[in-house]
Amino acid sequence: MNYLAESLSRAFFLILQLDQELISIILLSLRVSGSALLISAAIGLPLAALMAFGRFPLRGVFVNLLNTFMGLPPVVVGLLVYLLLSRSGPFGFLALLYTPSAMIIAQIILALPIVASLSHSALVSVDPIIRQVSTTLGATPFQVSLTVIREARYGIMSGMMAAFGRVMAEVGAILIVGGNIAGYTRVMTTTIALETDKGNFELALALGIILLAISMAINTGLSIFRRKGMTEL
Amino acid sequence: MKLKLEISHIMRSPHGNLVLEDCSYSFDRGGAYLLMGPNGSGKSTLLRICALLEKQDRGEVTYYAGEQRLQHDISLKRRMTLVLPQVGIFNATVFDNVSYGLKIRGAGRQEIERKTLELLEFAGLAAKKNQRALSLSSGEKQRLGIARALVVAPEMLFLDEPTASIDEANTRLIEEMILGKKKSGMTMIITTHDRLQAERLADQMLLIRDKKLVEG
Ligand SMILES: Nc1ncnc2c1ncn2[C@@H]1O[C@H](COP(=O)(O)OP(=O)(O)OP(=O)(O)O)[C@@H](O)[C@H]1O
Ligand SMILES: [Mg+2]
Repeated sequence: MNYLAESLSRAFFLILQLDQELISIILLSLRVSGSALLISAAIGLPLAALMAFGRFPLRGVFVNLLNTFMGLPPVVVGLLVYLLLSRSGPFGFLALLYTPSAMIIAQIILALPIVASLSHSALVSVDPIIRQVSTTLGATPFQVSLTVIREARYGIMSGMMAAFGRVMAEVGAILIVGGNIAGYTRVMTTTIALETDKGNFELALALGIILLAISMAINTGLSIFRRKGMTEL
Repeated sequence: MKLKLEISHIMRSPHGNLVLEDCSYSFDRGGAYLLMGPNGSGKSTLLRICALLEKQDRGEVTYYAGEQRLQHDISLKRRMTLVLPQVGIFNATVFDNVSYGLKIRGAGRQEIERKTLELLEFAGLAAKKNQRALSLSSGEKQRLGIARALVVAPEMLFLDEPTASIDEANTRLIEEMILGKKKSGMTMIITTHDRLQAERLADQMLLIRDKKLVEG
């Protein structure tokens, strides 16, 4: 008990003195997951719009598939990306394994289905009356679609938050493809796993506290977006 | 050139359910046409067909500028607006709801500001311009819907049950808005259940009887 209290207080001390190693680990986590989120959004939002507004064969199958991919196990994604990027794999020549880029690629695979799928459901749950209203006020079909996207903005942002929360908290994929190299590919979750294993609890706890704070911020953001997005009062 | 609407032999039968059989009329003067008929008689359907929001199964909807027949393209559609019975509020402020039509037509900032404020004033909503529109009362929402449709100065205005489920005070406000706009020479086609209201507002009463449009 005493031991835990001591570790905790030293963890807080690490945070308060802005420990260099701690900060660089946090920044790398944010950079990797943030990049993965941005790229997922850049691909996922147009994809969601296409699924919501477009008419093409097998659309329903495609939507279901994305829904299924929302729950991909991170270790499996890690394994897959590892096989693709390893020296004998099809993309081995890129020499990306054990780099932050490999971690971003793995996290994109985890985040993209969440962003696309939740954005899609936000778009299709916009009241169909909005489409008609915007048409009757003189909008072109393209402007109608933009208006629907605007109406779905809070739902879309909730989806992005959820995806960010998932990749920030994930260990399996980045551990496999990033290799947990100190000062290079070591992020919050992988450091926690490693330091705990080594019995070095103060850094692990400090990172754990920060990770909790980030996930609380994400959840606060989520509930704000949910409330703002409610169209019935 | 003044916009005129002529419908001829309109038939509409959604999913095999005959709603309108043979409706013909020429809306060739400005002013208010009040369209009456019992529930389910097809008032909304006819209004939506006239406003080019829904397609008839047979017959023709023709818009004229003088003698010239107009294509059903976006430039024609931008000369008319329709207010649905449920209004349909955007999740945005009152101001941003009312300015919508101007924005999508690419109006400049000053024009948007000036015309939107003018219409907010006209609808008695100026004090609420920064309020979230979804939090308005149903009477205010209905007035917002009309202001939003009027801000682009349409030559044709379609109002579907503008005062259904609205109290007397708001009904009077909305009727005053309609009467105020009649002087501008705009053509309005309005559905209602309320015969007395129709008499107060109408230059011409119309009735759907036995799936046909008749003067009343
Ligand atoms: N998509 C559809 N499929 C089948 N029937 C439809 C469809 N759309 C409308 N109808 C029918 O058309 C009829 C006329 O509807 P409409 O809304 O035009 O009537 P209304 O005169 O406006 O009625 P109210 O006074 O209640 O507003 C109704 O009986 C309705 O059930
Ligand atoms: Mg109706």
